[in-house]
Amino acid sequence: MAENLLRLRGVSKTFGPVRALDNVSLDLNAGEVLALLGDNGAGKSTLVKILAGVHAPDAGSIMFRNVPVTIASPAAARALGIATVYQDLALCDNLDVVANLFLGREQARVLLSEEAMERQAWTLLRQLSAKIPSVRIPVASLSGGQRQTVAIARSLVGEPAVVILDEPTAALGVAQTAEVLGLIRRLRDRGHGVLLITHNMSDMQQVADRAVVLRLGRNNGVFDVARTTHEQIVAAITGATTEPATVRTATAPRATATEE
Amino acid sequence: MIQDAATAPIDLRDERLVRGLLARLRGGDTGQLPVVAGLLIICVIFQSLNGSFLSSANLVNLATECAAVGIISLGIVLVLLVGEIDLSVGSMSGLASAILGVGLTRYGWPLPVTLLVALAAGAVVGVVYGAIFVRFGVPSFVITLAGLLALLGMQLQLLGANGSINIPFSSGIVRFTQQSFVVRPLSYVLMAVVAGAYLVAQLARIRRRRTHGLSTGSPLVPVAKAGALLVALQAGCWYLNQDRGVSAPFVLLVGLVVALHIALTRTRWGRSVYAVGGSVEAARRAGIRVDRVYLSVFLLCGLLAALGGLLSAGRLATASISSGVGDTNLNAIAAAVIGGTSLFGGRGGAYSALLGIVVIQSISSGLTLLNLASSTRFMITGGVLMVAVIVDSLSRRSRAAHGRA
Repeated sequence: MAENLLRLRGVSKTFGPVRALDNVSLDLNAGEVLALLGDNGAGKSTLVKILAGVHAPDAGSIMFRNVPVTIASPAAARALGIATVYQDLALCDNLDVVANLFLGREQARVLLSEEAMERQAWTLLRQLSAKIPSVRIPVASLSGGQRQTVAIARSLVGEPAVVILDEPTAALGVAQTAEVLGLIRRLRDRGHGVLLITHNMSDMQQVADRAVVLRLGRNNGVFDVARTTHEQIVAAITGATTEPATVRTATAPRATATEE
Repeated sequence: MIQDAATAPIDLRDERLVRGLLARLRGGDTGQLPVVAGLLIICVIFQSLNGSFLSSANLVNLATECAAVGIISLGIVLVLLVGEIDLSVGSMSGLASAILGVGLTRYGWPLPVTLLVALAAGAVVGVVYGAIFVRFGVPSFVITLAGLLALLGMQLQLLGANGSINIPFSSGIVRFTQQSFVVRPLSYVLMAVVAGAYLVAQLARIRRRRTHGLSTGSPLVPVAKAGALLVALQAGCWYLNQDRGVSAPFVLLVGLVVALHIALTRTRWGRSVYAVGGSVEAARRAGIRVDRVYLSVFLLCGLLAALGGLLSAGRLATASISSGVGDTNLNAIAAAVIGGTSLFGGRGGAYSALLGIVVIQSISSGLTLLNLASSTRFMITGGVLMVAVIVDSLSRRSRAAHGRA
């Protein structure tokens, strides 16, 4: 049994009159890709932001490596070992790949240790079998897939246990999507726990081991991807089926849960 | 030389790498080539119009004239790098010169104290700008436009009714800016040390890259470059020494440029300056304290503007209501842009201040030699600035077209 990295129990979050997350539970193990699925407004982004330290949950518990934690800030999340790659990547186009990878945690005595950082950049990119022609060109010259690769590689610089990817293939073409999916598999093989937020059923079926479905802020099933059909998961996302466990807990009158 | 993938240095194993100067230029990666080319054209034109343009005497003057505004321009480079602007550097330099005049003559402060007070005033003004910028998010051009007026008011207030204070010729600052030249033998030694330091730094870099398994290129290249640098510096030095020699303020300017270049390219602070200029949001998420970067940049800009004001007051041996007004502001900003620092943030470097001010002073000096009125001078400088900004925008567009924006 792989080590449990993240265990969420009963996590809730309310924004004014909107209950974005209601009693959500989730488990993420080392060496697995867990897809987080749900329609718009299902609460995926809110959950990510709670794990990334952007929002604090109103209720519920978060265990990291079986220890209860509170994630107070993005820096605290990173220090704990939870790295998040947002959809907009947040790269500095004018800086080269090395500078972007080590941005905010450059290695330096008085002067920057450029050579050490460059070598580590190559080592990291090789481990990910990433196709980057040069680490000394501005990130602006890279393709969408390469930029995504740099953003993911950057999240690995602090050797995090958990990597959260928010819609990593949303803006990519066919070949680049395949490249990033390969990268996600290598993250799993490296022993990271990967939480993959996606809309794309094909991506999910290609790389995810398990899938957690959220619907209107609540859990709506956990599926073993290999043994589940596409239709079953779509049904859970759209609400055509409702998981028995969710029915039992859903006794309170439901608030209109739309996200942001 | 063809290396197979397994033995090639780790950074050269991709066959898609584009090498070669021409390919890079076509991609809009022009660097400082346009300004160097422009400078050569300017020299050829003025030399053919007036034979004394490239004379030792004129070049000595030119170098000395560069110092004050060049140093102010260095501060402008910094604020442009984070994508902001300081429009009040002229007024700040004027205020610093007023503090110098008043401190020395009315209050009888010793020179070092007066200099420190003036520099501190520059730093404080910069910090105030920075604080207003990060606290209230007011666009920097509005803050500094307001500052321009306020500082001008303070300058007039300090100078009082006369509007002009003469600084004694015996004062150290006047002697430094007007009559200090590097002693001839020392100047050659200095140039040799510079070339030597360059060589040592480059060889050390090659050694570090080799220990980390990265490509190095031939060690003969830096040796050849250092040799060429040595010959060029010694020749330039010899030529200036035919007249009064290498002026101390110019050495100060070049020293500051080199120091700032190292700080910008080789320190964490410098990296964060470029990061903020490239994408504030990315820098913030990477854990960079963006507020501190802005504060430090505005502080340095104010400090450098004050230093430039002190030098220009010393050179004129006077502090007056016209110090820092007129074209100081525009020249400092124009020099940074002409030298290749982008108005859009994140691109450029310390050397652009030096190159830009040399271009501006060459034009000014050449036109003066031709006995042209300042009206013509303004128009021509304006035209050159426009060309520089067009080159900036074109290379930006070309970078975008080649995916390098």
